[in-house]
Order: sequence, then C-alpha cells, then structure tokens
Amino acid sequence: MLHPVIRRAALVSAVSALAFVLGAPAQAKVEGDTIVLGAALSFTGKYKTNGQHTKNGYDLAVERINEKGGVKVGGKSYKLKVVYYDDESTAARGAQLAERLIKQDGVKFMLGPYSSGLTKAIAPVTEQAGIPMVEGNGASRALFNKGYKYLFAVLSTSEQYLAEAINLAAEQAKAAGQDPAKLKVAVAVENDPFSQDIRAGVLDDAKRYGMQIVIDDKLPKELNDMSATLTKVRALKPDLLIVSGHAKGAATAIRQLSEQKIDVPMLAMTHCEAAQVRAKFGALADYTLCATQWAETMTYKDDYFGSAGNYAKDFESHFGYVPPYQAAESTASVMVWKDALERANSFDPAKLRDAIAATDMQTFYGNIKFDETGKNIAKPMVLRQIQAGEYKVVAPSKWASDKIIHPIPPWSAR
Amino acid sequence: MGDLQILIDAPIFSVQLLLDGLLIGAIFALVAYGLALEWGVTNIINIAQGDLVILGGYVALTVYHLGVHPLFGVPIAAAVLFCVGWLIYRTVLFRVIDRDLFTSILATFGISILLQQLIDKVYGADVQTAEANLGTLFLFDNQITLSNIKLVAFVVVLACGGLLLWFLKRSRTGQAIRATAQNARAARIMGIDTEHVYSMTVAINAAICGAAGALVVMVWVIQPFIGLAYTIRSFMIVVVAGIGNLGGVLAAGMGLGVAEQFAGFLLGAEFQIGFVFALLVVILVVRNLRLARKREYLH
Repeated sequence: MLHPVIRRAALVSAVSALAFVLGAPAQAKVEGDTIVLGAALSFTGKYKTNGQHTKNGYDLAVERINEKGGVKVGGKSYKLKVVYYDDESTAARGAQLAERLIKQDGVKFMLGPYSSGLTKAIAPVTEQAGIPMVEGNGASRALFNKGYKYLFAVLSTSEQYLAEAINLAAEQAKAAGQDPAKLKVAVAVENDPFSQDIRAGVLDDAKRYGMQIVIDDKLPKELNDMSATLTKVRALKPDLLIVSGHAKGAATAIRQLSEQKIDVPMLAMTHCEAAQVRAKFGALADYTLCATQWAETMTYKDDYFGSAGNYAKDFESHFGYVPPYQAAESTASVMVWKDALERANSFDPAKLRDAIAATDMQTFYGNIKFDETGKNIAKPMVLRQIQAGEYKVVAPSKWASDKIIHPIPPWSAR
Repeated sequence: MGDLQILIDAPIFSVQLLLDGLLIGAIFALVAYGLALEWGVTNIINIAQGDLVILGGYVALTVYHLGVHPLFGVPIAAAVLFCVGWLIYRTVLFRVIDRDLFTSILATFGISILLQQLIDKVYGADVQTAEANLGTLFLFDNQITLSNIKLVAFVVVLACGGLLLWFLKRSRTGQAIRATAQNARAARIMGIDTEHVYSMTVAINAAICGAAGALVVMVWVIQPFIGLAYTIRSFMIVVVAGIGNLGGVLAAGMGLGVAEQFAGFLLGAEFQIGFVFALLVVILVVRNLRLARKREYLH
C-alpha cells in the first residue's frame, strides 16, 4: 500500500503527463483525419447579419471541399472543420477569442472575422503567433500597410471600392467627346476609417484625370439627414456624385435624392445590397451604380462550384437566400486554404504562409493572387447599375454584361 | 467659403436650407419636449430617450409590414410605447426616483442598452425604412423641393405639442403632473398620488418618443444602435430651452435645425453637428455671463 499522499502525487503527475501528451498539438491542429480551422465571427451585436453570411460562406466551402475528397496532404485525405466563437461584434472580444483559438484550442489555420475593425484587432494576435490568416471581410487598406506577413485578403481593398466609378465617368466623357478633366465630382462619404479609405481612392483617381472636386463632405456617423449636402449638389451640379456611408448612408441618399428630386448624371454608392435599396425604394433606386466585390453574373470558373452562377444556386438551396458578396468571399477564403495546404504538403505554419503567398488561382469568386502586403490584386471591384429594378454589371468593361445608362434621366422624366 | 457666394448669388438655396432646418428641428423638438417633461417632473434624465424613439420606429415599421399605411403607425407606436413607458417605471424607475441623479442616469443607461439589444434580437441590425409615398412639394418654380412626409411630420409635431399643452393645462392628471413638478411633497400632502403621476409622466414621455420614432422611420432611417444621437440632440435642446417651456423647446429645436443646415452647407457636413455643439457652448457661456451680471445688480 502506498501512502495516500504519494498515491495522490503519482495520480496528479500521471494525469498531467497524459494531459501533456494529449494537449500538445502534434504539429498543428489536426485531429485524426480532420484539419481544424478557427474563426471568431459576429453572431450577436451589430454585425450579426454579416457574421452569419460569413459563416454560411465558410460552411458551404467546407462542405463542398469535403464532398469532393477533402484536402490531400502527405498522400492522406483530410476533412476540413471550422471552430467558431462569437466575438459579439466587438474588437476586444475578437482579439481575446483569437488568442483562445491559438493558445488553448491549438488552431494553426485561421479564417478572418467579419469587418475591417475586427480584422484589425485580430491580425496582431495571429501575426505574433506566426499563424496565417486568410480573410475575406476586412477591406480597410490600413490592414495592408503595417507589414503583416501572415495576413491575406481575397477581396479588393477599400480604396478600390468606388475608384472604378471615376474611370467609368471618364470613359463616358471621352465617348461623348468631352475632356474628362472638365468633369465635376461631388463626394459625400461617412467620417469613419473604412469610408474615408474609399474617399481616398476616389480622390486619387479623380486627380489622375484632373477632375475637379466640387463637394468633399465627410458625413458624421450620427448624421441621419444629408439634405444640406444635397442642396449643395443641386447648387453646384456635379457630373458624378459619390456616396458611401454603410447601409445607413445608402438608404438615406436614395431616399433624400428622390424626395428632393436632385438630378445628377451619375450616382455611385457602396452598400446598396446591405441597405436593400432595390426592395425598399423600387424604381427610386434605378440608375444607381453600386460597387460590389462579386456578382453572380460574373464569368469566373472553378472545379468546386463550377461558376459564379452555380455558386449562387448552391448557396440559395442551402440557406434560402441569394448569396451576398460577403458570403462569396468567405467561401473563397476557405478555398485558398485548401489550395495552399495541398501545395505546401505540410502543416507547418511557416511553409503554409509561403504557400498562401504564392497563391495564383481562379475561383468562382474571381482570380486570387496576393501582392507582398497580402492583398488580392488579381480581382477588380465591380460596378453594377440598377436598371429597371435589376442589378446589371456595367464595369469594368472586361466582365460587364450590360451597358451603362448614362446620363441618369432627370426626375421630371422618371 | 466659396459656398457662401452661392447663397448670396442664389438666395433661393437659403430658403431651402431654412425650411429643411425647421422641418428637421421640429421632430427633434418633440423628442426634447418629452425629455424635458420627464426631467422636470421626475428629475430623471432619460438616457434611453433615443432608444425609445427607435423602438417607436420599429413598432411603426411592424405596422407598415402588416400592410397598413405607416402614418397609422404614429398613434399605434404612441399607444404601445405608452405601455412600455409605464412598464419601465413600474419595474425599474420607481426604485431610483428619490435617488441622486447619478443613479437614475445609470438606470436609464442600462435600459438603453437593454432596448438596443432587444431590438437587435427581434428585428436584426439592418437599416430599416417605411415608405409613406406622399411625394414632393415643389415651390418657386421647382427650385425648392420639400418632401411631403416632412411637412406631415411637422404638422403631427405641432398637433402632439398642442394636445400635450391642452392635457397638462386642462386635464385632472395634467394638473396633478404640474403640481408634482412644482413641489412633489406639497402635492402629496394635497392628496395627489405622486407615484401615479410619475408613472403617467414616464409613460407619456415614452408615448411622445413612440410618435416621434414613427415619424423618423418615414422621414429618415432607423437601426437598433442609433438611439444615442436622438438622446444627445434632445438633451441639447432642453439645455438651451429650459425645462417646462414648450414654445422654447420648439424654437430651440427648430433654431438648432436651421443652424445645422447652414453649417452643413457652408462648412461641410463634417462640421454640421460640431457646429451645433459649439453653438451650445456659446449659448451657455453667454447665458452664464448674463446671470453673473444680474447677480451683481442684486448685491
């Protein structure tokens, strides 16, 4: 018989030894034949709608990749699985959960959260741990000038969101035999980092053409009424009006432009889909140019979903709604992981990081190729115009399915 | 200041800004009046004021989604919010009514968070609007455009204000409310059930917020988390106008609305709200100086 104290000590050391063996990640987070990816997503709070879109996008990719034979590493087939936590739409919680995923759960393959703000909070954590993160929902350009080595984004960054509208306006001017430098541009953009990135991109491109910025308003977040800005638009008659202020800005602009009957030849916005301007405002939203990361009418192809159109069909049959681009870019993030894991043929984060950096592929979402800062430079932003209640891709011309209606007919003729 | 030249060359734009400012300000004034009423009678500064407005908007939105014209949402939201306000008093506020201001501010702050999260749970975080489809009024050879819904909202605000004034002056409960505001202890001695008065006041304030919220969802947009902007704006109006002065509140609300429009036009939207705050500071400083001078006379 052993003394009880010794017996207890032996038990404790045996248990802790066992815990050490079980708990220590062998090389990376791979459980049997399953590769575990991790993500903190917003299931509650102000981003919960988009957080859910992101999750649905990830889940659909995981399901499809597993159906089609999983991921082959070292001659063995692995299934994918994602561990989720709810970050409650707050940055501090997101960073905490990223630590938890990496340190407690041993996750070595990260997927991005929803929104630039959350990505900004999480990126330092993954960077420090040397864990690659592939994300599809953090577009702020501030994410890509910090020298992060382990952060990769499949989407176009924020300064590209509406820059295409400037090109389109210049194209239209040239086609009509006018000098693009004569164009007047009005910019009304919310005063938050993301929207200000969009503004910076627009101003850069406008400068390139020598266009004149006649209005440059930064709408405060608390502002619910932009009639003063719109009165200025009526007074100064710009050729192009750029509006960006999340869903609130989009809904407010469409509503007040139509109420005040403000005529502009070209109107370009972000967040049309999030604000559901088509459903809520009907014909009043017609002719608006809406920036989007992706559209189901694009002609990209891949082996997993076939085409963008097929992806939209599959998504709808799974989740009962048409996929917004937030879901598509999330799906694409998982596909990047799959591709990189197979090319690296290893679970070593450093090797995987290099493999991701060398990505060069086409997916239903678009081409993916990262520059040295980790952002995707192979996929352009798309402009869709609402024509008779339907979104039609009108720019860039290479992927366009329809022609832009320009200028917008005046309200008196609508 | 190139934009100032526009106003000088084409004064018609000033008229547009003036009218927009008046119409926008009136809605804020209504919310502010409710805040002043509750503050004056119960000595509670209601941080959840804006969230009650947003809740009213969602009630009206629900009515709208049932296929009813959103204008009917105004009385319905007012009625529903009346009950909500009464409930809030009976469950939470009666516990803090005699405490210091800090406690009641914390309590209403808690209610504010609770309302935001509940609305988010039920309706989701998306931006919502209700379309009244009332068209646009053209004035001065189409140079001035006013959306009819803003005009209707203005009329509703005036009607609500008038109704309240009549209620406080004439009705038995209204008189009890005024008596309690003047001196709660004396009112209690005279046999007024002040608990009832308090719950009625909180409920009436909530009803006002409900009506205002129903207007907001037709005029602007609503979202679960934008209530605080309404709280701050109405607080500001009350600070300028003082408690218990409907005319003053209306004038202050509309005045700040007009100031905001001109600031937005001339200085750019980024200074639109900042300018109004700066104006508030100036008003307070000037008022303080005047009071100080008055005190000197008294010496």
